[in-house]
Amino acid sequence: MDTHIRVRNLNAFYGKQQALKDVNIEIPRKQVTVIMGPSGCGKSTLLKTLNRFLELTDDTKISGEVLVDEQDIYARDVDVTEVRKRVGLLAQRPSPLPMSIYENVAYGMHIHQMRNDRVSYKQAVKHYLEIAGLWDEVGKRLHDPATSLSIGQQQRLCLARGLAVEPEIILGDEPTSALDPISAQNVEKRLLDLKEHYTIVIVTHTLRQAKRLADYVIYMYLGEVVEAGPAQEVFNNPKHERTRAYLEGQF
Amino acid sequence: MMKKRWQRRHLIEAFVKGLMIVSFLIVAAGLGEILWTILVQGLPALNWAMVTQVPQGGFYLGKGGGVLNAILGSLYLAGGGTLLALIFSLPIALYLETYLGDSDWGRYVRLSLDVLWGIPTIVYGVFGFIIMLAIGLRASLLAGIVVLSLVELPIMVRAMDEVIRRMPVDLEQAALALGSTKLEVAVRVVTRQMLPGIITAILLAFGRGIGDAASVLFTAGYTDRIPTSLMQPTASLPLAVFFQLGTPYPIVQQRGYASALILTIIVLIISISSRWISSHLNKYTVK
Amino acid sequence: MNRQIQLDINKTNLEAEGRQSRPSVVARNRQNQLAKRTFFVITLLPMILIAAITIILVVRSWPILSTYSPKDLFLGSTWKPDSGLFGFWPYITGTFWVTIVGVLLAVPPCLLTALYLSEYSHSFTRSLAKPILDLLAAIPPVVYGVWGLLAIVPFVEDALAPFSKRWLNSIPIFKVAQPTGFSIIAGGIVLAVMIAPLIISVVYEILRTVPNDLRDASLAVGATQWQTIRQVVIPRVIPGMVAAVVLAASRALGETMAVLMVVGNVAQVPNSIFDAAYPLPALIANNYGDMMSIPLYDAALLCAALILLILILIFNILSTLVLQRVLGKNWA
Repeated sequence: MDTHIRVRNLNAFYGKQQALKDVNIEIPRKQVTVIMGPSGCGKSTLLKTLNRFLELTDDTKISGEVLVDEQDIYARDVDVTEVRKRVGLLAQRPSPLPMSIYENVAYGMHIHQMRNDRVSYKQAVKHYLEIAGLWDEVGKRLHDPATSLSIGQQQRLCLARGLAVEPEIILGDEPTSALDPISAQNVEKRLLDLKEHYTIVIVTHTLRQAKRLADYVIYMYLGEVVEAGPAQEVFNNPKHERTRAYLEGQF
Repeated sequence: MMKKRWQRRHLIEAFVKGLMIVSFLIVAAGLGEILWTILVQGLPALNWAMVTQVPQGGFYLGKGGGVLNAILGSLYLAGGGTLLALIFSLPIALYLETYLGDSDWGRYVRLSLDVLWGIPTIVYGVFGFIIMLAIGLRASLLAGIVVLSLVELPIMVRAMDEVIRRMPVDLEQAALALGSTKLEVAVRVVTRQMLPGIITAILLAFGRGIGDAASVLFTAGYTDRIPTSLMQPTASLPLAVFFQLGTPYPIVQQRGYASALILTIIVLIISISSRWISSHLNKYTVK
Repeated sequence: MNRQIQLDINKTNLEAEGRQSRPSVVARNRQNQLAKRTFFVITLLPMILIAAITIILVVRSWPILSTYSPKDLFLGSTWKPDSGLFGFWPYITGTFWVTIVGVLLAVPPCLLTALYLSEYSHSFTRSLAKPILDLLAAIPPVVYGVWGLLAIVPFVEDALAPFSKRWLNSIPIFKVAQPTGFSIIAGGIVLAVMIAPLIISVVYEILRTVPNDLRDASLAVGATQWQTIRQVVIPRVIPGMVAAVVLAASRALGETMAVLMVVGNVAQVPNSIFDAAYPLPALIANNYGDMMSIPLYDAALLCAALILLILILIFNILSTLVLQRVLGKNWA
């Protein structure tokens, strides 16, 4: 397997409570990896360690290593903002920045000063809106407030915004759970298209979504990784009793 | 590749963060410096006599005595004022939460309370003074108490309102689901849940009341004696400090510092106890 | 608890016996209605009080308002009650100078502190900050005045004024024209410390109303925290921050005791922050004793109180309206 992310001996605590126990996994490059499991099993927590978002919450402790292309993102001399540029996040609830549609997409590029002139910014914004499947709908009203979009459109806007900083990895924290079925389908299709160029890691609590999207599956229970492997293997031939139980809907 | 580079934006952030920390330290140090100054200047003249005696003859010229008249006067004034304010504050606060909630009328009342909170105490003092003259009341403990209660009312209601608003909605609904009327919910459930917060609000208002000079300046008068009736004028610590500092005698000024220290200690005790009470009485409250 | 169960038992028995009336419930509802009406009347109290204060001040300052033209009163610079001259201008300008200096000194560090507490600090620092701010707010004004006398006035006299005399003498507002430290700058410094807890806590609450989702959205694309604050958080809270400053200014306007003790109480139109001044509250506080003896003096002082009240009411109402909308349920 061409490993893009390697997690070694990861433990995470919320105060005294342990949320992740000795997690050791590998995430393959340019495939869709789905982290699944019942509520409270630590999926979102694990996801948030991959872009160093967990440390934003008060009173959290993390130990272990998260290696992206064999570089530990938690190393002392690592710039956390660079990490987040490489590892993008699509959140559960769309959170458009309080700016216009154009400015939302351009925001990340401005922050990192990725372009030289106005023309290239405009082209980039168009490019990423197209990739997110939003250009046809908003191309003519780029300076409308981002909040004027429907919730499905907002989520795609957040996708465009995240892609604009040219990450290698895209994380999704239940990215469609706040959307209506049609928008959800749309976002899912986008993600499947994107795996050609990006490594994608998604957390979902719906088994069905996992089955639709996954190339690689990680199943978690109570903070531990129970089983991980290619989707076909895990879904059709789970090795652990717990995995089997989950797949058969006993949760 | 992800190593920290000294990008401009990181440098800017470090600089701004540094400014912020310095600002915070200035504020914290300010408190320390104030308390320290008062302590250092006031301690030398602080002795048993200051706390247990009233001014003897020539006190303001440097002779013997203490500020017991002011200490007790302040306690009476603030105690009475707080009590009087409480009688009106609690119903207003309870009513606001239980009946008015987020209604328009509720917003007007809250706005009025905020406006009252912002009116300087000297205006309350002047107002009280005018009313006093109009009804023929002389400068007295009673007048001071009434004016202080007006000053403390918005503080108390606001603090109580804040506490009551934090109450978990489920609690009210659980009580209502049992068939309680809104009055019963207010009196039986809300008050019990809010007890520590209410006590804190009372102490907060008391602390503000005891420290205020401008409101009692005109209304409570000043005297070297301890008042024995509501109709007599009374001394107060803030005014005692002010008058002692106004004399040209260093000994008397020193005693003024000591009086300021006494006042500060009282206020500190109140502040600390309200914190203590708040954490200890939280046994039964539903979080 | 027992009574509650008994009532239920009562009800059940009544139902079983097919009776219609439930006296206990009716009585309780009547209680409720009565209380509702009484309490409602009580909530009228705040509004009545505001109206009463304003009206009485207007009525009692009417004698002077009707005797002199507003121009003479408010713009006049001579204050000689015995000769019937009441010019408020020095007091008005004095009030504004001290307030503005105080607000200008307080706002930058307080905004920075509030930002620090809200966006950067650990919960430990925050839990330390709360008692510090509470204590600062609880210290009585007269104690601030004593501190001002002991620490600030000498500081101005021995350090600030000489410094300004040496380096800033060419700038009019920094000119040192008097030997003592009893000055606007001393009053401003004391005021700044007094209003600091208010600014910090209100701005902190305002910052807390910005949902974390927005911060996360910016951080997720790799923005630094300061970039996030500057571009996402602050633009959203500008109205609230302005309102907080206006509110603090209204408090500074009305502060009597502390300022009185350090500002010099010299009735002059100030030209520099190192001049002494005589703000309106100090005017009222210092002279109430003489009020009765000179004709129109009482009306004049009450007019001063009225001016103060109206200024403060305007600032206060405007800022409170904005803050109530911004903070909603969290209005502290």
